[in-house]
Amino acid sequence: MSTPRLRNNYPLVALLLPALLMVGLLFVYPLLFSLAYAFRNEAENRWDLANFSKAFALYGADVSLTIGVTVLSTVLVGVLAVAVAGYLTLGENPRAVAVLRWIYRWPMFIPFVVAAQLMRTFLAKSGMLNNSLMSLGLLEPLNAMSLLDWRGVVVTFVWKQLPFAALLISGAMAAMDRSLMESARGLGAGRLRILIEIVLPQVRATVGVSLILSFVTMLSALSVPMMIIAGSPTMITVDMAWRVNSYGDYGVANALGFVSFAMSGVAAWFYLRQGLREGGQPK
Amino acid sequence: MSSREMCLSETSRREMSLRNFPLRHAYVPPMTGTFVRFALIGLFAAIIFGPLLNMLIWTVAEAWYFPAKLPQRWGFAFWTKVFRPEAGAMKALSASLLIACMTVALSLALAIPAGYALSKRKLPLRSLFLLFFLLPQAFPTVAVHMNIARIFYSFGLTGTIWGVMLVHAIQGLVFAVWIASASFAAIGDDQVEAARNLGASPLRAFMTVSLPLAAPGLMASAIFVFLISLDEFSGTFFVGVPDVRTLPLTMLNAALEGNYQIASITALLLLVPSILFMLFVERFLKADVLASVGK
Repeated sequence: MSTPRLRNNYPLVALLLPALLMVGLLFVYPLLFSLAYAFRNEAENRWDLANFSKAFALYGADVSLTIGVTVLSTVLVGVLAVAVAGYLTLGENPRAVAVLRWIYRWPMFIPFVVAAQLMRTFLAKSGMLNNSLMSLGLLEPLNAMSLLDWRGVVVTFVWKQLPFAALLISGAMAAMDRSLMESARGLGAGRLRILIEIVLPQVRATVGVSLILSFVTMLSALSVPMMIIAGSPTMITVDMAWRVNSYGDYGVANALGFVSFAMSGVAAWFYLRQGLREGGQPK
Repeated sequence: MSSREMCLSETSRREMSLRNFPLRHAYVPPMTGTFVRFALIGLFAAIIFGPLLNMLIWTVAEAWYFPAKLPQRWGFAFWTKVFRPEAGAMKALSASLLIACMTVALSLALAIPAGYALSKRKLPLRSLFLLFFLLPQAFPTVAVHMNIARIFYSFGLTGTIWGVMLVHAIQGLVFAVWIASASFAAIGDDQVEAARNLGASPLRAFMTVSLPLAAPGLMASAIFVFLISLDEFSGTFFVGVPDVRTLPLTMLNAALEGNYQIASITALLLLVPSILFMLFVERFLKADVLASVGK
């Protein structure tokens, strides 16, 4: 990028500037602020790792729970989204495809807070899930239990993020050249085999992007664990809010924030490394 | 096969001749396939719509105690409770709507020029700028929001609708900018050049040609930002305290107090605009614009 090119386009850059400043001042600056202050020891007025040792001593279990819940939810979203998108692409019963296409999108625009509230009633001990299973004779009333712990969070995350991932992945599948799929079908390959061996490798980039965005979205969710998990262990977003609101302890909160940034960083690194190994640029 | 089974099959073979079960093998597999297919789709539908139905029932349940499978008393008593002024839900609703409208105005004011600039392929570092706007979606936001609140505190912005509006605008900006850029890019240069050749100034050509042609896409981005603002939780949670109460925060409080009816009615209020948008988004966002979002 040569400087003259930039200079010739000053008017365009000027149009862009206010929006860039907005993201810079209100996102990048607080982000760097958060990363730096994770290492700030206010009590002794120096920079060290005290916040981290305190954070892990107090919330070590919550860190592992957060990793477990987000990774499990992301894997489930990936498997189910590929299954749904695969059926939408390869399904041979037009009516079933149309019905599925109409159903799967509903949770996409439902806000996380609302999804959490829905699941709070649905998964409760007396909720509709247990009631339906008992009516169908699949569950003994004595065995009925509330799913409002980490399992409830996983269910909510998958329910909410599946449509987003399935929409992106089915979009990429629809854009593929169908001739290869059809010739494989003509040669007698099963649809599952076509999905795994022909379709999936071609949409891998989209699957990666949709899963990373889902992973980060889940790491950012404050309302879902707040509403679904009562007590501890809970997710670190809730711990951050608690440290800040109850103790004004930004140090430990920022150390936990650093952990969540690191988790999304590791996810992004995996994705980029995969892209480099395949010799192409990740899209 | 054991000898006894051989024997059995030998005796039953006569009775079980093909004539007694005509075409059974020819019909069963496709029927089973259809059955499995619709059973799976039915299960999927139950999982998607079950929680929604459960919430809808709660909004009209006046009394519902365990272990009853359905409410003992139905009615709209809690609706009048929610809309009473002292409940605070109406105040929260108007605060939410006001903040959402302000957020849309700010986002469009920033995204229209930025989107126009990004729609020009000759812009240097174009893809880098596009990615820059994705940053607020690419990092977990809670830690950022609490530090924004800390920074805003020294400017007196914490606890004001202005502060909340700024946080919401950051969350929505990527969609506003990307959709605006895609909308301007979909116009093409011919019409703008025609206007310029007829003597229109760049500003006039923009106002009379580009802007009206991009309007449907900009409308879609406005609705998108409106919804993001309406639903935003963690930014409001940190920056809005203690004075700004939006609908999601009111819902959280009702839910944590164990008031399922009030929480469900508030949830329904938040849900309706989102569902409407989902059903009509394709009217606003044409396929060619949608395909080039973020490119």
